[in-house]
Amino acid sequence: MNLPTYPLPDERGRYGVFGGRYVPETLIPALDELKAAYASAKADPAFLEQYSTLLREYVGRPSLLYFAENLTRHAGGAKIYLKREDLNHTGAHKINNCLGQALLAVRMGKKRVVAETGAGQHGVASATAAALLGLECVVYMGAEDIRRQALNVFRMRLLGAEVREVTSGTATLKDATNEAIRDWVTNVRGTFYILGSVVGPHPYPAMVRDFQSVIGEETKWQLEALEGRPVPDAIIACVGGGSNAIGIFAPFAYLPENERPRLIGTEAAGQGVESGFHAASVAGGKVGVLHGSMMYLLHDDEGQIQAAHSISAGLDYPGIGPEHCYYSDRGVAEYLPVTDAQALSALQLLARTEGILPALESAHAIHQAVITARELGEGKVVVVNLSGRGDKDVAEVMRLMDKVEAAEVRA
Amino acid sequence: MTGTLPATTRAGRLQAAFQQAAAQGRAAFIPFMTAGYPTPERFHEVALQLLEHADVMEIGLPYSDPLGDGPTIQRASEVALEGGTSTRRTFELIRGLRAHSDKPLVIMTYVNPVYAVGPREFMRLAVEAGVDGLILPDLPPDEDLDIRALAEEAGLALTFLIAPTSTLERVRIVTAACTGFVYAVSVTGVTGAREGGALGEVPALVALARQYTDLPVAVGFGVKDEATARMVASGAGADGVVVGSALVNAVAEGADLGALARDILKGCQKEA
Repeated sequence: MNLPTYPLPDERGRYGVFGGRYVPETLIPALDELKAAYASAKADPAFLEQYSTLLREYVGRPSLLYFAENLTRHAGGAKIYLKREDLNHTGAHKINNCLGQALLAVRMGKKRVVAETGAGQHGVASATAAALLGLECVVYMGAEDIRRQALNVFRMRLLGAEVREVTSGTATLKDATNEAIRDWVTNVRGTFYILGSVVGPHPYPAMVRDFQSVIGEETKWQLEALEGRPVPDAIIACVGGGSNAIGIFAPFAYLPENERPRLIGTEAAGQGVESGFHAASVAGGKVGVLHGSMMYLLHDDEGQIQAAHSISAGLDYPGIGPEHCYYSDRGVAEYLPVTDAQALSALQLLARTEGILPALESAHAIHQAVITARELGEGKVVVVNLSGRGDKDVAEVMRLMDKVEAAEVRA
Repeated sequence: MTGTLPATTRAGRLQAAFQQAAAQGRAAFIPFMTAGYPTPERFHEVALQLLEHADVMEIGLPYSDPLGDGPTIQRASEVALEGGTSTRRTFELIRGLRAHSDKPLVIMTYVNPVYAVGPREFMRLAVEAGVDGLILPDLPPDEDLDIRALAEEAGLALTFLIAPTSTLERVRIVTAACTGFVYAVSVTGVTGAREGGALGEVPALVALARQYTDLPVAVGFGVKDEATARMVASGAGADGVVVGSALVNAVAEGADLGALARDILKGCQKEA
């Protein structure tokens, strides 16, 4: 296999005005080193062979492209296909990127990796890759997320990773990312930072995108086999930082406009964008800088970062990757808000129609898929990136549904 | 960018403060305090107390996500923000200090608060409040050339950071972009008073900077008392000594801030 090459970012790591490298000077040499190491790895057949072998024999790729007939019937319109990233080893798309970065860490002679995690999917995938390749692994996780995702915390510890609780700020993904960056600043000479989404300073957004692009590349030939054409009418994926979405979007995003499918990212609207309790950075944010990159961001008039709110720990992030910001500004992709309640109901819908329990993150995309399939109508094809499985969310969903039922009883 | 600037510019005022300290056989003492910490009123008193001993003062404009800072200054920022210290309030506090002191004042903050207000407007407010310079630890000098141009236009000194990880090429780029002074980070890591003497890389870093610039080189991160100040001033030959977390801790603990400042100032005295 080859990793794809895209026209963006530019040499300075920019997607239009977005992106860049807003980090302490201590890290600049490390980012230069990473950029060079990644470029060399990307051109090295031995590295690519090692990576593709792991994807095939360890992750279980290609992931299935499944025709969701019952969901299609329920929606009553376009055919809905699910790209089953939930079937990957460790249960989400995150492993694609973690293995790529962990291999790079080994190639660069690093013995220790750090990672941040929200829902724990990236933490579990990092711990897994570290265990496989014999690297020491420290995962930073917000105290609030540790509560919501106890199962994944335990999985990481079983895999030999150290999970460090972050209590500063909002005690969620944003603060876990701050702590991971601080650790990296401190231990930069021997430590590799495995970043979990298409955010952060250049070259991270580009590198993570490249490793995740396997999702969209597979979709092309799978759809060709199933439908006789490589490009669907619409592709839908949930967006927090945006790594699963960019993985399925990017191979289509640079097609000429008349050949491009509708690309729809679903942002976590929490209790509604107007409520102020949401994580919808495009719909409810404005341009700013966080974690090394210029992007759409939830922040106040004086630049203080605002807390994001979502039912899903993985989408609970106040920013969105710079390439998505560029897509949004150029009309390449649309970013639509989906609320907590809509996601919760979509989760149950997919479970009951297809016997598939999606992650709360992916449920945001399922909600929009039903709407888009109806809009497009019969004869059209929609692909949804089912980025992860729902096991990790079961306890939290149970708690939330009990709350909903209790409220209904009272009413 | 090297050479002596006229003392009438703000960068020149900064250089003059370093020269005056040097004339007294000292490294300049640059205390740091977070604006509005622990309360706006108390900050005013604390800052005036530090200014009695300072050559230059660094004031932190609080930010919600200070990823270059350790727990002490991060916490101080949280407390200040919770207490209502906004960007505009910070400028008011600085104006309040300016009424009592004509020593150079430098703001340390992150790029997002600057972008949110707009760099041009931010610098106008800073100049109006009597600020002499800016330090933005998450802005490498090659990332945003507009900010450099706007600072020059506003007459504000811009200080960038070099670190022990900096390559020769990075030291060249960073020092060439600095006006006023160069900030050398003593250790890889975030701000914070540390146990033990982990300042082993400082002499080499200061020496390296000197190959590329005639500007004063101040050292910060991990300097906390007379002994560490001496290691930096005499041991490494720095022109300035920045102390932050140790002073913030002293305020938090109600320790004798004047005594600590005097001790550090003693450490700034160059040994013959």
